[in-house]
Amino acid sequence: MNGDGTPELPVRRQGFELGEFLQRNVVPIFFLIVCIFGGYHSGLPLPFLINEIITRMARNSFLVISLIIPILAGMGLNFGIVLGAMAGQFAYVITVNLGMAGLSGFLWTAVLCFPMAVVFGWLTGMLFNNAKGKEMITGIILGFFANGVYQFVCLYLLGKFIPIPVKSMLLSTGIGLRNTVDIKPMHYALDNLWKVRFKIPGVIFPIIIPMVTILVVLGLCFLLHYLFKTKLGQDFRAVGQDRHIAAVAGIKVDRVRILAVIFSTVLAGWGQVIFLQNLGNINTYGSHVQVGTFAVAAILIGGASVTKATIGQALLGTLLFHTMFIVSPLAGKNLMGNAQIGEYFRVFVTYGVIGLALALHAWQSRARDKKRLRDAEEAA
Amino acid sequence: MLAIEKDCESMGDRLRDLVRDFGVARLIILIFLGILIASAYFLKLPMGQILSSILTRFGMNGVLVLAMIPSIQCGAGPNFALPLGVTCGIVAATLSIELNLVGFQAFFFALLVATPLGALTGYFYGLLLNKVKGQELTVGTYFGFSIVSLMCIFWTLVPFKSPEMIWPYGGSGLRVTISLQDRFDKVLDSFLSFQIGEVTIPTGLLLFFGALCLLIWLFNRSKTGIAMLTVGNNPRFAESSGLNVNKYRVIGSVLSNALAAVGIVVYAQSFGFLQLYMAPLFMAFFAVASILIGGATLRRATVWHAIIGCFLFQSILVVSMPVANVVVADNLAEVVRIIISNGIILYALTRREAGGDVR
Repeated sequence: MNGDGTPELPVRRQGFELGEFLQRNVVPIFFLIVCIFGGYHSGLPLPFLINEIITRMARNSFLVISLIIPILAGMGLNFGIVLGAMAGQFAYVITVNLGMAGLSGFLWTAVLCFPMAVVFGWLTGMLFNNAKGKEMITGIILGFFANGVYQFVCLYLLGKFIPIPVKSMLLSTGIGLRNTVDIKPMHYALDNLWKVRFKIPGVIFPIIIPMVTILVVLGLCFLLHYLFKTKLGQDFRAVGQDRHIAAVAGIKVDRVRILAVIFSTVLAGWGQVIFLQNLGNINTYGSHVQVGTFAVAAILIGGASVTKATIGQALLGTLLFHTMFIVSPLAGKNLMGNAQIGEYFRVFVTYGVIGLALALHAWQSRARDKKRLRDAEEAA
Repeated sequence: MLAIEKDCESMGDRLRDLVRDFGVARLIILIFLGILIASAYFLKLPMGQILSSILTRFGMNGVLVLAMIPSIQCGAGPNFALPLGVTCGIVAATLSIELNLVGFQAFFFALLVATPLGALTGYFYGLLLNKVKGQELTVGTYFGFSIVSLMCIFWTLVPFKSPEMIWPYGGSGLRVTISLQDRFDKVLDSFLSFQIGEVTIPTGLLLFFGALCLLIWLFNRSKTGIAMLTVGNNPRFAESSGLNVNKYRVIGSVLSNALAAVGIVVYAQSFGFLQLYMAPLFMAFFAVASILIGGATLRRATVWHAIIGCFLFQSILVVSMPVANVVVADNLAEVVRIIISNGIILYALTRREAGGDVR
């Protein structure tokens, strides 16, 4: 089941070359092997594993897909989606305090998240325009910086300067949010709308699929697919290929780049809203921190690079990354006698795959630059 | 820093130039520090203790900040892979405990192991950096992160036996925090230390830091040092004058990581504890922020930048803690630290620098 989900290759009917296929997809294939190996040694029953994977796919895909547009626009991996996630969390704090619940509460959260995410995205985009060529490191540091501001707002402003009617959210001093904020009224607001249960003969647990969430993700995929065909989508691509040529062609490069970041931030905000309705509570000072790293690692494991990403790669990457996430602690315990090692391995792979992808990208683009320079010299 | 020597400019222009040269972010930080110190004074906080604490923390973090200099000077930008050198230093320190060494012997043994280990990893890291020119910062950040998490596996598996380091009741691997109380806790701090009024001067620590500063200052004036500066300033020019750019970049990386390894040993002896596992993860950011506050840019750094920056940054941290405790609540100091350190890095990243784009 896992093996068929490889990313869309350019259709090349004349002869399938195994070597080239392997070379192109070496990263996803490697992680597929890790997942199968780990899954086998984790000793988890297959139905349980499948259920876990479906849950995690449903709640994480949206976040991973939000990374695609800035990659196309030539800005690399947008580590700044952390700000989008923060917008989602602020929106939840508002709706819970207004006493909203259920699907309408969930939808209102998404609506409220939108303006905040647009503003955050706009600010991020302006910052990125001042740091052209250094967007990724700027995004990483921006994430840390924004986390500091976020902590300041949540710890010292909420409850003191910004009234919070729901007192159970606050620390015992009455100022600042608790470590874990309950959003029970919106728990499973989307997932529980329509759940399909499969019964596999001979297995006790049925396989449960949250259809609406998955439909939302699929809808997003189609919308993005459509967006890439519009004028704006073409502008994203043109800017991503070469800023200067795009500018000469009359595209307002800076504006397009800001739009790309706004799109990404808004999608990340909604992604976090979907993610949290599945979890049912917000880890106030932790939920958003890992969003950037995990989403980036997932899309890279799917075979995307800093300059190229498809929806298929995002989905495949989410699948592989989260499968590894589920199986590695148990596999570590069974193989090495220590669950902690599997845990560390997982963290190592998350960081390592990002580092490796960035290094490979820099390596390749340098080789390309050198070649271009040599060609130009020869021509001169 | 640069003197403005145009006489025809009006006073206002000059002032504006001066401010721009100094940087808005730095100005804000200085004003903030001024407010903090003033409020500490009016709140009648023990200034003597605060000053002693600033001096100790200045020496404690100083070497880690110094580690940024060679990396910036050779053109690789601030060394975000600082955890690489740091873990080397921690390995050396644990080794000295495992061999049951005490006092200065333990400290210098740790330094003796840490330096070549840091230099060796720095060499390989430098080779990697030469392949990824222009993306050193991102690659470095995640390279540092991966090394830290990889070393977590090492700490869990390493077969050390010293009862001070392993868990008291079974469990595999080393403790998260190892006390250095009976090892080399504060050997430098208390060496020749004396008191002026309420202020304790950690003489040994400051002397050690000063000696390293002097060494780097001298290195910058040596033939190799000048060549490295040239490579960092203008690689094209350096190449056309016959300098091997890649070689000097590797030298910068070697020096930087060796200094980081020494830096963490000094840090640990002052702190009194050795922190393993995920502790080194964010160490690079504070060191980077320190040197940037001191006036360095992504392409230019001097020993003075490191000294001034480290002093300012640590002053803010030390003073803000008691002030925040009295005025608002606890923990605000930590938030302030995150905002300031990352804010200054962001500021440096978005600033257009004289002498060409970072590419």
